[in-house]
Amino acid sequence: MGLNANDFGATTVARKSDTEVEVTRVFDAPPHLVYRAWTTPELFQRWWAPRSIGAPMRVRELDVRVGGGYRIEFDGEDGQIWAFFGKYIEVVPNARIVWTNEESDNGPISTVTFEERDGKTLLTFRELHPSKEALDEGIGAAEGMPEQLAQLEELLAELAEG
Amino acid sequence: MVQYFGTARLDASFAALSDATRRGVIEQLARAEASITDLAERFHMTLTGMKKHIGILERAGLVVTEKVGRVRTCRLGAQDLAEEAGWIASYHQRWSARFDALDDVIAELKAKEKMDGPERQ
Repeated sequence: MGLNANDFGATTVARKSDTEVEVTRVFDAPPHLVYRAWTTPELFQRWWAPRSIGAPMRVRELDVRVGGGYRIEFDGEDGQIWAFFGKYIEVVPNARIVWTNEESDNGPISTVTFEERDGKTLLTFRELHPSKEALDEGIGAAEGMPEQLAQLEELLAELAEG
Repeated sequence: MVQYFGTARLDASFAALSDATRRGVIEQLARAEASITDLAERFHMTLTGMKKHIGILERAGLVVTEKVGRVRTCRLGAQDLAEEAGWIASYHQRWSARFDALDDVIAELKAKEKMDGPERQ
């Protein structure tokens, strides 16, 4: 499959099913470089939480191998720390990484693939949630404040039921 | 904290709901619409104080007000935070920002590799 000029730099998001969301982007570099940026802690630290997200992030662990773990922490208000963590369950260098999200009981399984396209990389990120409800909750909460968001959702759901 | 979501709408909603009086107003309006005067009385506040709270809730899209004659009536807004399109937009914004940053890192790696010669794999 070739690339169209307008594929560059465009991030697409699609809901593939009730339980799956997919994000794609083409990067102007071969897969091994994109993979390196994804799996090297110092590099990962620089893009996973870009400044626009507005919170300092620490990569505590990023052990990208089957059975290895990761742990990312954000500083919240009042000294609170929001941690995101899990384990890598499939690792194919320069091609594919699959990991769990264990900060909540019904976290998704995340998969990222790096496919070579004319010397460039088509990156596809997927989140497969255990249920539709988990996806609805997870899309909003994945990087945010799970508890507060859940509270807000509960409140709004109550209000909607009236 | 709220910046994580990257959407002004959620920021405004969280800010609006961070106050106990405003949460009370929402609960009250979920039962029945009310005038600002009613709400001020119920929450033992001045009219000016209540107007300020309503203004914040209104900007967050949580409450809408309508002036009929001399009375401004408040009711719950139509905003539905769980609306799928809203989440997708917020999700898209987050990943787009993230991938823009990743793009910069990858451009550096690419430039470095060009200088150093391709690395053996």
